[in-house]
This record gives sequence, C-alpha cells and structure tokens, in this order.
Amino acid sequence: MGKLNIPVYLDYSATTPVDERVAKAMMECLTLQGNFGNPASRSHVFGWKAEDAVTEARANVANLIGANPKEIIWTSGATESDNLAIKGAAHFNARKGKHIITLKTEHKAVLDTCRQLESEGFEVTYLDPEDNGLVDITKLADAIREDTTLVSIMHVNNEIGVIQDIGAIGALTRSKKILLHVDAAQSPGKVAIDVDAMNIDLLSLCAHKVYGPKGIGALYVRRKPRVRIEAQIHGGGHERGMRSGTLATHQIVGMGESFRIAHEEMEAENARIEKLRDRLYDGLKDMEEVYVNGDLEQRIPGNLNISFNFVEGESLMMSLKDIAVSSGSACTSDSLEPSYVLRALGRNDELAHSSLRFTLGRFTTEEEVDFTIKEVRKAVEKLRDLSPLWDMFKDGVDLDTVQWAAH
Amino acid sequence: MAYSDKVIDHYENPRNVGKLDADSENVGTGMVGAPACGDVMRLQIQVDDNGVIEDAKFKTYGCGSAIASSSLVTEMVKGKTLDEAAAIKNMEIVEELALPPVKIHCSVLAEDAIAAAIEDIKAKREKKAESAA
Repeated sequence: MGKLNIPVYLDYSATTPVDERVAKAMMECLTLQGNFGNPASRSHVFGWKAEDAVTEARANVANLIGANPKEIIWTSGATESDNLAIKGAAHFNARKGKHIITLKTEHKAVLDTCRQLESEGFEVTYLDPEDNGLVDITKLADAIREDTTLVSIMHVNNEIGVIQDIGAIGALTRSKKILLHVDAAQSPGKVAIDVDAMNIDLLSLCAHKVYGPKGIGALYVRRKPRVRIEAQIHGGGHERGMRSGTLATHQIVGMGESFRIAHEEMEAENARIEKLRDRLYDGLKDMEEVYVNGDLEQRIPGNLNISFNFVEGESLMMSLKDIAVSSGSACTSDSLEPSYVLRALGRNDELAHSSLRFTLGRFTTEEEVDFTIKEVRKAVEKLRDLSPLWDMFKDGVDLDTVQWAAH
Repeated sequence: MAYSDKVIDHYENPRNVGKLDADSENVGTGMVGAPACGDVMRLQIQVDDNGVIEDAKFKTYGCGSAIASSSLVTEMVKGKTLDEAAAIKNMEIVEELALPPVKIHCSVLAEDAIAAAIEDIKAKREKKAESAA
C-alpha cells in the first residue's frame, strides 16, 4: 500500500498479476517433492493426492457462484467455456430449434462462436443494448421465438464494466424454458453470482482476471434441471465426458485458490477499489468534454471507461507511457475500426476513438491514482493544443455540420 | 506497438504546431481526414510572391504516426516551391519515419494535406488574378 510503481498498471480487466498466495499453492503442484500426480490415476497415492487438490479447488470455484462442485467443468479459459456452452447447447438442442439470442456488446468469444453457428445454419439475433450498455428486458422478451433454444448474455462487460441484471434475464428465460448462458469472465470477486437465484444454466469463468493464472477456466453446467451439451473436445471422457484432457493440477489449484481468496476478500476489496476509482473520476471529471461510457451505477467498482473528446485514444496512450491502460481506439488493434462496444452504445465514432479504459485492482494504490490523474490531464491538454478539432470546438464550429472527406 | 525513434521524436517535440490566418491571401489551408476515421490533419502553408513556401504550420487529431507525419511534412515543405512540394510522395514519409504497413494511411493523409493546401492557395491566387484583370 501507498507505493507508486512505475509503470502504473491500470489494465486489470485485461489480466491480473497472480496473487502471491495463489502462486505459492501452484508451485506446490509441480515438482517431484510436490503434488505432481495425474488426478485421473486411480491406482496410487500420487493420483489420489492430486485428485484431492482438484476436488478442493472445484469446491472453491463452486462456492463462489452458489453451485454444486459436480457442476464445474474445467476448461482452458473463458473462451473455451463460451465455445463449449454455446456450440454444445446449440448442437444438442438443434432438433428443438436453431435460434440463439445474444448481445452486440458481448466478448468476441461469444460473438465469433455465434457467427460460426450461423455458418452452420443457426439463426442469431444480436440485441442492441441501451445507451448505458444495459439490456432492455422487454426487447429481449420480444426477440424470443418458438425456435429459440439459447440466450447468451454477459454478466459484466469487459470494456465498460456495466453489470447486466442477470436475475431478471434468468427469470424470463426459465419461464420460457430457454437455456441461459452467462459469460462471467469479468465478474468473480467483483459482483456476486448465484446460479440458482439467477436461474443460470451455463456460466463461463476464468482465473486470470481474479489474480489466478492464465490458461485455466471453468464452465458451470446445471444438473437440476439437467442441462445437456455436446462435447467439443473428445478423448478420455474427463469432466463427465464434457471436456476430455488431463487435468492441469497446478492451474486448477491456482484457480481454486484465487476464487477462495476472492470470496473471502470481495467485500473489503471492492469498497477499497471503488474509492480509488471514484478518486480517479473526481480527478478528471472537471475537464471539458469528458464523457463516461456506460452506466456509472450498474458498474463494477474498478472500471472507468472515459472519452476525452477531440483527442485520439492511441496518441493519448502514447503520451501516457508510464501508465498501462487500454483504448477503444481503432489503432490499438490490427483493425482500424473503433470499439464495437462503444459504437453499440450509440457513441459516435469520434468519442469511440477518444476513449480510454482504466481498470483498477487489488494492488492499485492512491499514489498511483494521483499520478495517473496528473499525467492524463497533462497529456490531454498537450494533445488538445495539437488538435484542429479542439480549435474548431473552441471557435464554436459544430463539427457535425462540417463536410469531412472520409478516407 | 513499437514506434520508431523518429516517430517518438516528432510526437514528443512536434515541429511547427500552430495556426496561420486562413483568410490571408498568402496562406493555403488543407484539412483532410475525418473525426470518425480517427484522424484529421490541418496543414497550412504561407507562400511568398515567388511561389516559395516560407512557413508551414499544422495541427493534427490522430494517432502518434499521424502527428509525426504531419510534423515531418511541415519541415519538408518549407523552402520548397509549390511544384516541388506537390511532388512529395507519401513513401518518402514512410521511409523517413519507418512507418509500419498499418500506419501507411497516415502518410497518405499527409500527402493529401499538402495537395489540399496547395490547391487552396492556387485557387486564392487565381481568384485574385481574375478580379485584378
């Protein structure tokens, strides 16, 4: 606490450092002296010990989401979980219907999986969120058809941090006897999940956003009423036949430990992070032409996605070389399109190009937040001095009336 | 993404930032790009009676490479005649700044900005010649 670590890491929604306690538990599952056995080995103590460790981790993951440990299927991460849930449920129920509903602001792991299903003859409805990023339940209800078998809606959006009302969505899908898949990669430790209260049938999780390791995730698959999915990876029949492959004990133990800590420390941690996030926002919000993207209330504590009008996101990040953040700007990715999430909110392209995502986490300090405020203000000021759009804005020109030569 | 040292230098110490009087008969203004595309360049040149560019200023909204390209262009055009400036090709900018393929459009935009500024000053001068005649 109280330290300024440069470069400052404010990209916790991209990934998190592994908690020391998690790393320690993982290291005990690797070497000859450690718990290195194959959890599937039934004939000796090495296998039994490894299986015990996996069982404990499974219980820790289940506990955080209010599930039974038997409902947890280990995967390589949330992307695989999304693929398994959506393809697995769509294929299994193909005889009942071939219509799926999802949201335009979903993660690519969901959107691209849906695109793949479209090429296989499924139909997908991509709902528009409201301007604050949230789903309108009546619009979702209106999109449901006779042949709809699956609704896939994310819990917490990775870019803008808004929290969908999964409870209300689950009540709707359950009453219509449609499966509900929830991508909850960003939720653990930040917002409570209860698969029973929320009527969730399938839920994707991963460890590396919760101070666990990369390369491990889980899919919750409801047992009562039983949800059946088609396996996507075939082999030795691990994980009740839904996902074959030798269990990676050290990764699983890491995920279990990170979820145990998240469950225990969630309340205090969120209160602390929210204060820091508010401090960051308070330090920036008096600047001219600054807009928060996404609902500020229905939002995880650590996320601040903000657009600095008339300043382009990538050049802003270039100025912030001592601060690690991400941008919804086009130039950060190989594509030249600005953030599809911000555009789905109805943000114009200019504001989408001008956005930065700050995500704070377990190791963020007040000093780091104060340093960030200072650096961001300096950079925005510098770039606005360089910006012809800022000049025009200051001269009272309405930029929407200018005829631009699009290129 | 890694930037070349030259891009970083122009980005951190941009040359010739500013604004010339767009209404002056010696000033040509070229504004190219669009906010929706993520870059807008405004290049202005001040031209003497012999058709030589004696000053150039820019302001750019865009990524680091777009800012560096326009900064570089202000240096390149100064002292050149309009015809010489018009002959500047975007690949010269790409080579000088070592721009990666994904950033070539920034250099194209800079070339367009020069052309637009030259066109503007030529139009002004033709108009003046017409009204004098």
